[in-house]
Amino acid sequence: METSLRRSFAIQRRVIGALLLREIITRYGRHNIGVLWIIAEPMLFTLGVAALWTAVKMHSVSNIPIVAFAITGYSSVLLWRNVTMRCAKAVEPNLSLMYHRNVKVIDIFISRILLEIIGASASAITLTLGFCFIGSMSWPQDIIIVIGGWLLLSWFAIALGFIVGVVSERSEAFERLWHIVTYLLFPLSGAVFMVDWLPKVAQKAVLMLPMVHGTEMVRHGFFGSVVITHEDPIYFAISNIILTYMGLALVRDAGHRVQPE
Amino acid sequence: MIELRDVTKVYATHAGRHQVLDGIDLTIHSGEKIGILGRNGAGKSTLIRLMSGAERPTSGYIHRGMSLSWPLAFGGTFQGSLTGLDNLKFICRVYGVDFRDKVAYVKDFTELGKYMREPVKTYSAGMRARLAFAISMAVEFDCFLIDEIISVGDSRFHAKCQHELFDKRRDRAMIMVSHEAHNIRDHCNRVGVLIAGKMQIFDDIDAAYAIYQAATS
Repeated sequence: METSLRRSFAIQRRVIGALLLREIITRYGRHNIGVLWIIAEPMLFTLGVAALWTAVKMHSVSNIPIVAFAITGYSSVLLWRNVTMRCAKAVEPNLSLMYHRNVKVIDIFISRILLEIIGASASAITLTLGFCFIGSMSWPQDIIIVIGGWLLLSWFAIALGFIVGVVSERSEAFERLWHIVTYLLFPLSGAVFMVDWLPKVAQKAVLMLPMVHGTEMVRHGFFGSVVITHEDPIYFAISNIILTYMGLALVRDAGHRVQPE
Repeated sequence: MIELRDVTKVYATHAGRHQVLDGIDLTIHSGEKIGILGRNGAGKSTLIRLMSGAERPTSGYIHRGMSLSWPLAFGGTFQGSLTGLDNLKFICRVYGVDFRDKVAYVKDFTELGKYMREPVKTYSAGMRARLAFAISMAVEFDCFLIDEIISVGDSRFHAKCQHELFDKRRDRAMIMVSHEAHNIRDHCNRVGVLIAGKMQIFDDIDAAYAIYQAATS
């Protein structure tokens, strides 16, 4: 039946909700803490990294407390890293669902992306609250800038998730290469350094990477004037618009090609 | 009413373009039952999938003036780690049906009992088939697309399926693919024969069989 835009929107919300619940059960099951793994997994990751960095005395590098440095940096990386990893090859295992007219390729991606963003955000919030209460971390100086940076990073993750999701379906080589790229991007993404620590030439190069602006922005909001940050939210937003456009075009094309099992 | 106008489907293969359907025209009125005949690879399943909207035609136009089911295939493709109940809930959510109204029916039909809450990977083939069929009947449509008539399970199960589809839902339209002549003979008003991507429609089922047999032998 022909459907109006409003009805289509209602259907899509319903489908994404159904996929989200299905995804939670297939991934985490009903055993032990179940759905709480969504938050626990990124939290444990971040805690591990924070512990490691403390152990190797990374705090001697700067005046920023190392726990806060690790949490702001590593959470920002987890956001786009987990999203893209979950989008890679996401369509194939769900091909049998494509028999249902209302289940579209984009819904599969959106449900997985939402789950990762919710998990990474909840983990970052829980860790921040926890460490702030016990006093290992100070409360963010400007929460609006933190949220702004986080939202821009989430947007970046969505757009990149679409691209990685579609291209990995078309090319096996890309899927393998993406793992390597993610690994190499981790140290470059601003998680392990502040842009200001770098020589001018390196600063320029590293600021070409959109997500560096997000990490810088989150830290700007957290630490305020204690640190000098170099983010350009406009540059990040424009990069996101371009990536989103590419991502949506690819997803649309994938929708035309998809063949249910 | 469902209308297909000049529907064409071409797949890209390593050896070049492969045309499966070529200029299909078909009109289905409410309550009509149409059988589709064709040898393996003739494009029967492709046609069903295009009608359901799971795939898009390469060219041509499909108008869906009534609600169409997904292509019902009773082998059942399930996520093994999900329970029968999870699978039912998923389908109900996707189609906007309250699953609480359907649990009793599905339990009763499938006779799965406590296995409704066990992962589908622990089911036998018969249990899966019963679940697949019951879930297909949980959502009501004006037109059912049947990709393969029940070929698994025992005669009791077959009888139950026949009753659900052809007695309880005899007012619905149906498009069915079957290799077994009697299914189409018993239930269809018209038959479409697919040969080399083209479809011929027959009101006379014997005439359709004669053409089909001539093409396959």
